[in-house]
This record gives sequence, structure tokens and C-alpha cells, in this order.
Amino acid sequence: MTRTTRTLLALLATSTALAAPTHAAEFKTVDPAQSRIGFAYTQMGVGMDGSFGKFTAKLAFDPARPEQGKAALELQIASIDAGSSEANDEVKAKDWFNTAAFPTARFESGAIKPLGGNRYQLNGKLTIKGRTHDITTPVSFTPSGKSGSFDGVFAIKRSDYGIGEGQWADVGIVADEIRIKFHIVAGQ
Amino acid sequence: MTSRYTATAISLHWLIAIGIAGTFSLGVYMHELPLSPTKLQLYSWHKWAGVTLFALVLVRLLWRATHAAPALPVDTPRVQRLAASATHWVLYALMIAVPLSGWLMSSAKGFQTVWFGIVPLPDLVSKNAELGDALKEVHETLNLTMLGLVLLHAAAALKHHFIDRDDVLTRMLPAADRNA
Ligand code: HEM
Repeated sequence: MTRTTRTLLALLATSTALAAPTHAAEFKTVDPAQSRIGFAYTQMGVGMDGSFGKFTAKLAFDPARPEQGKAALELQIASIDAGSSEANDEVKAKDWFNTAAFPTARFESGAIKPLGGNRYQLNGKLTIKGRTHDITTPVSFTPSGKSGSFDGVFAIKRSDYGIGEGQWADVGIVADEIRIKFHIVAGQ
Repeated sequence: MTSRYTATAISLHWLIAIGIAGTFSLGVYMHELPLSPTKLQLYSWHKWAGVTLFALVLVRLLWRATHAAPALPVDTPRVQRLAASATHWVLYALMIAVPLSGWLMSSAKGFQTVWFGIVPLPDLVSKNAELGDALKEVHETLNLTMLGLVLLHAAAALKHHFIDRDDVLTRMLPAADRNA
């Protein structure tokens, strides 16, 4: 074998080796109907739950190369279910989400760090009511055939985003901490 | 001679009477307010007060079951005796049903009741907007019925005192122990 042939063969071997895993599953679509973005808070010591009905998402996640994953999510605030119809109307108002000026909330992913198994640490920027803050959340990914789900919970402070201003700024009635729980169902 | 109510019965009667008057007024007032932190606070207080009354009424019923009420004046007509005892038992039933309907309504509306922010009461019904609205009507109707009966009850007591001039009112008053 000539030196050239040997080099060519080696190159060929490396490229096939490299090519092989790139066709592993990449998850690119999100099924909003099956996904759920909920939140929980306490009001005078009483636990309350809510959720958002409408959102759109962009996703590119390959479990073989998690660090390169990307996700962007846009929530329609008006689709909120805050527990009662009175609360649903109230939270659209200026002091709360001011949906007239800020109809959507956004999440943009940053670094994704594998934590072993199907668990990851996701960093990103959350924008609500025009205010952006960095957040970090654990995420677990559960593949099942051609789809899979991302699950996680993290907490934000509503005061960071001006959610509940004026008379509602008092965190003694509606607590500052809001836990956000997501279940995102993705397909390939 | 059991011509007076026991001190315990008298205390429970007036404590509950004041509590119901306050909780009732608070209920009427708070429910008209626009949503605000104050409204949420008043709702919680109303619920805490109502649950406290519920507990006091249970104690009172237990006391009543074990301690007979003093007899009515011997010359009381049969109809009046029946009316008095019917009013009393319906009032007891309402003192149970009113807070119970409030508790169930809160659960159906998705707001758990946490007594004084510390003791969570179980949600006996799960969240259901229609049931919540129906129970709100029930809570209101029971309250209005109770208001009517309380007025009748108080009018009867005053009649005994000022017209019949008997001791039916005074034997429930914490006053002087002239009968001791
Ligand atoms: C003796 C006890 C109670 C009394 C006398 C009472 C009386 C009242 C009255 C008069 C109202 C206003 C009704 C109206 O004007 O529409 C009201 C409303 C209300 N009560 Fe009570 N209540 C009692 C116990 C409770 C309890 C134990 C709870 C819950 C744990 C409760 C929960 C409520 C709620 C949530 C409302 C507001 C309904 C609404 O506007 O949606 N109540 N109550």
C-alpha cells in the first residue's frame, strides 16, 4: 500500500465514523396540545395552580449532542388560566401582565449541560413584561419512540418581572415566588 | 333548679351570635369589592372566622346534647313551644349548613381553605366551576334564611321580655346571678 492510499483509507474510515451518529434522532417539533406549562404560587398561605393554554415553540435537540440543543418558546399571556375567571381577567391588567402592551412572554435557551442520564441543566433568558432575566432549570428528557418529553420545574420571583405592581406588590398576600412547571412533548 | 342556662351555654350562645353577626356582615361587604389584596385578605378572614364558628357550633351541640335546656314557663301555649323548639333546631342546622356550604363552595371554586393560614381543610369536592356557582347560591340562600330566623328568634326573645315579662331572655343573659 502506498502512503497516499493509506492516508485515503484512514480519512475514509474517520469520515464514516464521524458520519454515523449524526443521523441519530433530532427532536425538532413541539406538540402544544400535549404539552403543558403550569405555574403554582401561594395566596395567603393557600396553594394555587394555573397554566397557559397557548404557546409556540422552536426546538432542535439531539440527545447525542445535547450541548448543541436549542429551544425558543413564546407564550400567549392572554391564554392564562389563573384559577378563576375573575383572576383571569385581573391578571391581564396593567399591574399584572399588562397584556395590551406585552401580549407574550419568551424563553430563549442558552447553554445546556448534561448532568448524567437523561438529565440536563438548562440556562436561558426569560422575558416577561419586557423584562429579561437569566434562569436555570433542571430538565429531564424522556424519549419514547419518535417522540419524547421534557420535564422540569424552576422558580422565579414575580417582583423581578413586575408581575403584580402597585397594590399587588405586597408579597404577603400573593407570594413572590412562582414555580413554573413544564411538560413539553416533542417529535422528530 | 335548672331555671337558667349554664355559663358554658351562655358563653357559647353569645360568642357564636357575635361571630355570626360579624362574619355575615363581612361576607356581604367583601363580596361587593373589586378584586384587590384587601379583598383576598377579607375572604381569608371570613373563611377563618366561619370555620372557627363551625367548630364552636360543634362544641355547642355537644354541650346541648349533654345539658338539657331549662324548661319554658309552664303557661307557654303548645304552639309557641313547638315554634320555639322548631326555630332552635333549624338554627342549629343552619349554623352547621352555612359554614359547611362555604367550605364546599371554596373547594369547588378551587380555593382551598387553610384555617388561619396554618391548618389545611381537606377539599371534600374537587374543583368545578358550575358546582362552585351553585354552592355560592346555596351559601347565600342559607344565609338569608338564617338571617330571617335570627330576626324572628330575637323578636320572640324581646316579646318574652317586654310583653310577657318572663325570664326567657334573662336566663340566657350572662347577667347578675340573682337566681343563684
Ligand atoms: C357562620 C358562618 C358564616 C356566615 C354567617 C357566612 C356568611 C356569608 C355571607 C352573608 C356572605 C355573602 C353572600 C352574598 O351576599 O352573596 C358570604 C359569602 C362568602 N362566604 Fe360565608 N359565611 C360563613 C362561613 C363561611 C365559611 C366557613 C366559608 C369558607 C370556608 C365561607 C366562604 C364564603 C365565600 C368564599 C363567600 C363569597 C362568595 C362569593 O362572593 O363568591 N363562608 N358568607
